[in-house]
This record gives sequence, structure tokens and C-alpha cells, in this order.
Amino acid sequence: MMDRRDFMKYAGLSGLSLASIPLLKKLSAAELPQGSSHATKQLAMVVNLRKCLELDNCTKCIEACNQTHNIPLIDNPDDNIRWIWKERFDRAFEDQEHEHLTESIRWSPLVVMCNHCENPPCVRVCPTQATWKREKDGIVMMDWHRCIGCRYCMAACPYGSRSFNWRDPRQHLAKIQPDYPTRTKGVVEKCTFCDERLSRGQLPSCVEACSEKALTFGDLSDHKSEVRELLSSAYTIRRKPSLGTGPQVYYIV
Amino acid sequence: MPRDFNRIVLGLAVFLALVLTPVWTNLFRSVPPLQDPEIATRNIPGKDKCVLPSVEMKVTHMNLLNQWRDSVVRNDQRDYATADGRHFDMSLSRTCMNCHTDKAKFCDRCHNALAVNPYCWDCHVEPLVQPASMGTEVR
Repeated sequence: MMDRRDFMKYAGLSGLSLASIPLLKKLSAAELPQGSSHATKQLAMVVNLRKCLELDNCTKCIEACNQTHNIPLIDNPDDNIRWIWKERFDRAFEDQEHEHLTESIRWSPLVVMCNHCENPPCVRVCPTQATWKREKDGIVMMDWHRCIGCRYCMAACPYGSRSFNWRDPRQHLAKIQPDYPTRTKGVVEKCTFCDERLSRGQLPSCVEACSEKALTFGDLSDHKSEVRELLSSAYTIRRKPSLGTGPQVYYIV
Repeated sequence: MPRDFNRIVLGLAVFLALVLTPVWTNLFRSVPPLQDPEIATRNIPGKDKCVLPSVEMKVTHMNLLNQWRDSVVRNDQRDYATADGRHFDMSLSRTCMNCHTDKAKFCDRCHNALAVNPYCWDCHVEPLVQPASMGTEVR
């Protein structure tokens, strides 16, 4: 014989299981294969180091980026904000460095930026989904409204592509570009492949600023794109490919 | 009648009087009703209508701005179509502040009167205040 207490338990449980039917339906629908009619785009950058290294100490791409995105200039390397910057070969390509590299490659600083990875570790660790991989074009986006400044993404990124605002960036901006927001103290930021310019049909500002045409930007899923042509005609390397992140910035050496 | 009845009642009365101080002090104070703050908007010929009727904007602009934010940042959708078929670029600094040029006289006056403190401008850049010759219209 069932006592009153047990009856209540079973009644509650069966009520709960009824309530979960719509949830189960939703979950099972999500498992269904998505129509794969559209190839997902993946935007990528090809850096031609042969062209890039022709001009010594050129920083046009970096300056253009800094201006477009209101990036503060802070001397202290610990507080530095950088979206695109220069790194020596042995630090950018640790696993591919050896002592007999050509002098120019070995000692000249090379441009590096966010690699907009195929499998971005920063996205996996973000607790607020303030950073995510955009499905339509593969950009690893940032939503500064949501960032809580926990810096997990900075720990996860193997390329050091993310910077944290330890200070109020407005104090370190000579000129504020009114069309683009600044960030506040306590927010992480990085390169977004100029998503705001792309949606207005413009190229990223670093690509536009490069007088040597060393930076090429385009869609990898389009086999006629300029980036695909470059990749199929020249040997390219990527930063730390063995980590499995699938970096989408390619270097012609 | 319990022992010390009078003392207990007296003590309770004093206690209540003290605890309810905010209530009885405010009972006799006349608070002036909140005046609608005067807000200023630049008058642009041909652009005299906001994205929503101003009654609605007064109440729901914060929700609209949140929707715009999510739409632009998370979905890359920047076009806003109004009910009567006009189209706007969803942008605080490029669209809203085109007409409502003076943040101090538009946003701040109301927000200060209502003691709300939104943090939009911690990141977004407020437009430089136009000289008076631009003609400001007070609504």
C-alpha cells in the first residue's frame, strides 16, 4: 500500500517528467543534422613576409589599426593593448625557428595578430559568451558589453593575441575616433578582423593601409578568392599549428 | 493588568516613534512633483521623426538600444526598419546622436532628474557639442 508521502513523491516526479517533454523535443531537434547547403565561410589573412620585410621599420598597418579602433598607446609592456603588433620570428614561430634561418627572417620583427582560429580555445573558456566564433564568416568576435574581465581567454590563447585594459584607455589616447567605441578598464580586447568595416563593405584597415600589398584578406571557402590563390601558389606557414587551434593567418616566408 | 504595564506601553510608544521617524517626518513635508526636464534636440529638416513616437521612446528607448546592441554585435544586422517603412542604421553614435547631438542637454538632463546612471558613454564616444548656430530646438 502506498502511503501519502510516497504518493506525493511519485505525483511530483510524474508532473516533472511531463513538463520536460517540450524540453526533450527541443533537444532532439537540435541533434538533427543541419542542412549543409551553405559552405560556412572562413575569413583568413595571408601575410607575405617577403613584401612586408622590404620596408624596414614600417608600422603603417599597426598605426592604421590603432587609430581606427581607439587603441591606447601605453609604454609599459605589461599594460600594453595590441591588436596587431610585431614579434621576432623565434617568439612568433617558436617551433619553427633554427639558427640558420636567413638574417632578415630571423631578426626582423614580423606582424602578428589574432589568428581567428578554426577551433578557438578562448571561446571555449569564456564564461559569458562575450567571445564567440561567428558562424557566417568564422571571425572570433568580441562583445565588450558582456566581457567581465576574468581573463580566462587570455590564459587560453596560445598567441598572446588578447590584451586586458588594466588602465582607463581614454587617458592614453591622443585622439579619439568618434565612430568607434573605446573600451573601459577591466575589459579584454583583440583584433576582430574589422567586423564593423566588413559589414560596410570595406577591407580591414591594416590591409588597406599596407602600401606594399603584403596583407591579403579574403574567404577561404571561396576557391577563387585571392587568399586561396596565394595559398595554392606559395608555401605558407602558420603559428603553432601543432596545438590544433587551426590558425587562419598564413605567412609566406 | 501585568506588572509595569505603563512602562511597557511607554517604551513601545517611544520605540515605534523612533523607528517610524522617516514616515512621520515625510508626512508633513511637501515634495514638489517631478518636472519634465527640458531636453534639447537639433532640428534637421526632413528628419523630424524619431525611429519611434517620442512617447514610446521616452519609456522604451533603453530596451530599443539593447535590442540594437544585440542585433549589431551578436548578429551583424545593422538595418532597422520602422513600422512606417523608414530605415535606420542601428548605431548610437551614428544615428541617435545625429539628431540628439548634445548629450548633456538630451541624455543627461533626464537621467539626472531620474537618478539613473547608464554606462553607455564609458565606451561610446559622445559627439562634440555643436556650436549654437546649429539651431537647437527645445521639446
